[in-house]
Amino acid sequence: MRLLIIEDDRDAADYLVKAFREVGHIADSASDGEDGLAMALDGQYDVLIVDRMLPKRDGLSLIGTLRTKGIATPALILSALGQVDDRVKGLRAGGDDYLPKPYSFSELLARIEVLARRRGGREETVLRVGDLELDRLSHEVRRGTEEITLQPREFRLLEYLMKHAGQVVTRTMLLENVWDYHFDPQTNVIDVHISRLRSKIDKGFSQPLLHTVRGAGYMIRDGAR
Amino acid sequence: MTALGKVFRTTTFKLTLVYLTVFALFAAFLLGYFALNTRRLITEQITETVDAEITGLSEQYRQGGIRRLVVVVDARARRPGSSLYLVTTFNGEALAGNVTALPPGVLDNPGWTETTYRRLDEAEPPEHPERPEHEHLALARVFQLPGGFRLLVGRDLDERERLYHIVVDAGRWSIAIVLVLGLAGGLFVTRRVLRRVDAMTETTRSIMAGDLGERLPVAGTGDEIDRLAENLNAMLERIEALMRGLKEVSDNIAHDLKTPLTRLRNRTEQALRTAHSEPEFRAALEATIEESDGLIATFNALLMIARAESGQFGDVREFDAAEIANDIGELYEPLAEEKGIVLKVEASEAAPVNGNRELVSQALANLVDNAIKYTEPVDKAANGAMPEIVVRVLNAGDRILLSVSDSGPGIPEADRSRAVERFVRLEQSRSKPGSGLGLSLASAVARLHGGELTLEDNHPGLKSVIALPRGGPVQSVG
Repeated sequence: MRLLIIEDDRDAADYLVKAFREVGHIADSASDGEDGLAMALDGQYDVLIVDRMLPKRDGLSLIGTLRTKGIATPALILSALGQVDDRVKGLRAGGDDYLPKPYSFSELLARIEVLARRRGGREETVLRVGDLELDRLSHEVRRGTEEITLQPREFRLLEYLMKHAGQVVTRTMLLENVWDYHFDPQTNVIDVHISRLRSKIDKGFSQPLLHTVRGAGYMIRDGAR
Repeated sequence: MTALGKVFRTTTFKLTLVYLTVFALFAAFLLGYFALNTRRLITEQITETVDAEITGLSEQYRQGGIRRLVVVVDARARRPGSSLYLVTTFNGEALAGNVTALPPGVLDNPGWTETTYRRLDEAEPPEHPERPEHEHLALARVFQLPGGFRLLVGRDLDERERLYHIVVDAGRWSIAIVLVLGLAGGLFVTRRVLRRVDAMTETTRSIMAGDLGERLPVAGTGDEIDRLAENLNAMLERIEALMRGLKEVSDNIAHDLKTPLTRLRNRTEQALRTAHSEPEFRAALEATIEESDGLIATFNALLMIARAESGQFGDVREFDAAEIANDIGELYEPLAEEKGIVLKVEASEAAPVNGNRELVSQALANLVDNAIKYTEPVDKAANGAMPEIVVRVLNAGDRILLSVSDSGPGIPEADRSRAVERFVRLEQSRSKPGSGLGLSLASAVARLHGGELTLEDNHPGLKSVIALPRGGPVQSVG
């Protein structure tokens, strides 16, 4: 995956470039809005990571310009302004995701991978991971031959995890996408929901599908693969 | 600047001068108009009298000739306060009358004339015959009688002139008096006002120098300066309260951030000193990350409270508080159950609220989170019923009440009001995980929406109630 990091803090940009390389991605960086725009216009990137406040041209205007020129490269906005309305503004300007500073690298990585995948992804009616099957129309879930009954929220939780099967999904991502909350609920309520879901889909099966990724979040994948 | 210079520069004094000038001009105009008109009136009266006499005398002449005229004129001239008469022959020889010392040529031109004269019965001026005080001014008419005789009838103008001068003098004096009194009054008023303004300026200076406790003097007369002083005092009161709040906030922020920062530093330092193997360093680093995550959470909470306190709403729309209660209940229910607590939501009725859904959700989440944290699960062996937390949404008139009741230790009554104050944390809450700012945030959110957070006794336990103004389109915006 090729990434472009547009960030004026050189230390932060260097750290990100290095960290993304370590996990096998290629990352370039630009230190102001004009350079970033020029590089992004080349269109060689899978995901853009754009700081909101940049010299010469701010992040929102950069993304807006890209969108009017028909370039749909997914963009994640990084910002010190973490309030809900700032986030709404960012998404309205054409950003695809929004991460307030300070962030953890694992959170950023998880979101970037989801963004890159989403680009080519098509919406499937039936999601499958191993022998677990989720029908998005009939709301039926089964594992092997066994039917699993889920509460509506559990269904949405599983749906989100399965949509991003094989990818790390962080607790914040779950809270945002399944519950539509953008605040930190202090106690880790998500963990309890996950363990409930796990007891419904994995209990009694030899092959666990729902995994905890230490220090990052959760991932659903076919362990036999 | 000299004291007098200061007085001259004041608005009051300048206004006094303007008014004084206007008033003086008006008075001068009025008096001048009066003087001129009096003069004109007297002249008219004289003209009429003289015309009437001439008509009468020429009638006498027509009936009795010059002889009769002379007799009549003599008789009239002798009356006290009489008009002025003179009958002459065609070559100017006086036949009768009481006037002499007319300037030459006066009698040659028939018609109206203003002339100097002397009365015959007055003594001849002994030394200086030209001295004006013995000559008088008269308005006279010269009439040509048939047969070459000339008749002059006139009235003395002294009275007219005297009256005119009296009026003019009165005008001068009154303007002078007006000016003097006005200036004196203006100075007096200006100095009085100046003294009060000076006192206010003095106080303002000392307030600016940092003594926010000072207040402007109020004379108690209820005038405009008093009103100004009262308003400024109210403003100072507000500023002082805000400053106090700000100081409290910065003290609390310093405390809330410095304590974990110190912990973070100590832990890292200790790891450097004592850790020797990779797993030990790894454990220390993980603890550091955890600590800094907590720090970020605290910082976010503080920022959020500050935003709510300063009235920043963000996204405002109408939402159903009952829905929020159900959602938050659903979010926390597994957590409660894991701890052996029953979390119940009683919110069947729609409860419309206008505001920021996210903030209200977070406020309620904080209350539920607190309730779960502080509720001790009962020992199951002791066959006690499971402790309950109830989230309830009620429509109470024009208010929506969101309450969270637990059966935990509660908060002592004495501490309750303090607990909801901005940024205040009760000492014992620090022992529990989390930023500990949950109540402060809930309270700030409630205040932002025009409501309040109250803490009540749940016998046993704590009942936290967020009261919000009822929203929705039915309610007219107040």
